[in-house]
Amino acid sequence: MVNPIGLRLRGIHHAFALKGQDLPVLEDVDLDVRPGGSVALLGPSGCGKSTLLRLVAGLEPPRRGTLEADGAPITGPDPSRVLMFQDPTLYPWRSVRANAALGLEARGLIRTEGARVDDALRLVGLHEFAEAYPHQLSGGMAQRAALARALVNRPGLLLLDEPLGKLDSLTRLKMQEELVALWQREGFTTLLVTHDVEEALLMAERVLVFSPRPARVVSEIAVDRPFPRHRDDPHLVALRREVLETLGLREAA
Amino acid sequence: MSASAEAGPLPAAREARPWRIWAGGGIAGLAWLAAAALVLAWPDADDYGRTELLGGIAATVGLLLLLAGLAGAPGPIARLRPAGPWLVALAAGLIAWELVTAKLDLLPRPFFVAPQALLEVFTDDYAKLGDSVLHSLLLLIPGYLLGATIGFVTGVAMGWSRRVGYWAHPVLRLIGPLPATAWLPIAFFAFSTSRQASTFLIALATFFPVAVLTWSGVASVAGSFYDVARTMGARPWFLIRKVAVPAALPSVFVGLFMGLGSSFSVLVVAEMMGVKSGLGFYMQWSQGWAAYANVYAALLVLAGMCTGLVTLLFRVRDWKLAWQKGVVRW
Ligand SMILES: Nc1ncnc2c1ncn2[C@@H]1O[C@H](COP(=O)(O)OP(=O)(O)OP(=O)(O)O)[C@@H](O)[C@H]1O
Ligand SMILES: [Mg+2]
Repeated sequence: MVNPIGLRLRGIHHAFALKGQDLPVLEDVDLDVRPGGSVALLGPSGCGKSTLLRLVAGLEPPRRGTLEADGAPITGPDPSRVLMFQDPTLYPWRSVRANAALGLEARGLIRTEGARVDDALRLVGLHEFAEAYPHQLSGGMAQRAALARALVNRPGLLLLDEPLGKLDSLTRLKMQEELVALWQREGFTTLLVTHDVEEALLMAERVLVFSPRPARVVSEIAVDRPFPRHRDDPHLVALRREVLETLGLREAA
Repeated sequence: MSASAEAGPLPAAREARPWRIWAGGGIAGLAWLAAAALVLAWPDADDYGRTELLGGIAATVGLLLLLAGLAGAPGPIARLRPAGPWLVALAAGLIAWELVTAKLDLLPRPFFVAPQALLEVFTDDYAKLGDSVLHSLLLLIPGYLLGATIGFVTGVAMGWSRRVGYWAHPVLRLIGPLPATAWLPIAFFAFSTSRQASTFLIALATFFPVAVLTWSGVASVAGSFYDVARTMGARPWFLIRKVAVPAALPSVFVGLFMGLGSSFSVLVVAEMMGVKSGLGFYMQWSQGWAAYANVYAALLVLAGMCTGLVTLLFRVRDWKLAWQKGVVRW
């Protein structure tokens, strides 16, 4: 078990300077996640989901607003809040195992906790590729390696940016189950960005839907079903239609 | 049934493959034997000391190649296969060279030397040549390592810290492109021994490319590489050692390679200008006696030394950058 982290965001505004102009990305975003909770973020491409995760990870400060982890303001990155990036961004000069060991190495824990690396690789099904280099991996394998690299740290808050986006549908279903089981077993807090409505409904207690850029929360759906969930659960099917409608895809539903 | 079908093809194929001669090796062997015959049978136009030895060497090479060719280049000799055309060309070159110098005396001496005269330098003056190589290496290596180390540290500091870059960049930009040999008069004046002066110059010549390429390598590391480590709790020192440096390493090796090249030229100039030892000095001194065979022999040895060092550097690079695919082979 880990120490789950509670999250509280208030009035988050963020913008990027692009060609001398300000490009607003986040507008007045409020977000609460209970310690050990699991929240999924949905929204159109380019609306600002990855940006929000970067702010929570402490990689950059917001233009305005407050971010608190367990009541303390977030001022920088911390290994208790690990972000798994949308791009795998593996180090090409390190083998899969050495990539996964990065966090432990950075914190000087590799001697005592090194066994976790192989556990994480086994969990994502890459233990046979531990000695491979990133250029020898497929896109989906690289993504799983990045997932293992994040999991090794046993963070209290796991920020997942489309973690399963490049996997085939079968591996994807398996990894969804694994992640839910791991979350229930370890008890960390999860903030998950995905573009797959079904995935959001299967994995999260609450789903937030963002507007197109600049992102603001347009609807919030509580998914009140026990875990593990099943995709053909009629309640989830109904919710799926509702979410797709808010996303403006009436015909697709 | 299926098992035997699977096991079948391999031994069968091995047996079925007929014994075949290595034609290229056979031709090369004959060419070398022809060269040997020419050297030994045709009397020299002048007195040369090492004609028999040269003929003997050519004959030995020819016989060995002929044997290897008839045996089909077995075992490790197979690695010579691609060299076949080169071996023929070398024998042809030897024949032509032998004809225009030792046999027909068509080219003016002493500038043009016969193959056996070159061979004589190696048999009679090998101790001095070996000593010169040693002195050259002892001068080159400390200077190179010093310059490479300082250049690497400077490059990392410039790429990492904006403030260091601010102060170091203009200096490097002004001083860097200056050939290190331009400092020759100052260096030999400022240092008490020519050895110190030369070490300084070699270090300087190595420093610039290593610093610039390390710097550009570190400066162009993708920000996302740092973000990945930062989110997992990496401190700046870890980011430098485990992210910036390995990511910049391919570029660092380009700098080390370029630095090695400039260090060679400074080495030779320094040995010709002031240092009283090494291959450069040997060449300079021999040239003063119009002993051109010695000059060429030293040049050959120098070429071997330089290419050997470059090969060594490339080996280290291949080992360190084994994760990269498609690196240039040397
Ligand atoms: N470093 C940056 N500089 C300038 N603009 C940026 C930067 N990072 C992101 N943006 C802009 O911010 C907006 C939001 O980007 P973000 O990556 O957060 O989108 P997203 O919701 O994650 O999209 P997707 O679902 O496609 O991943 C985009 O319009 C993008 O162009
Ligand atoms: Mg994104």
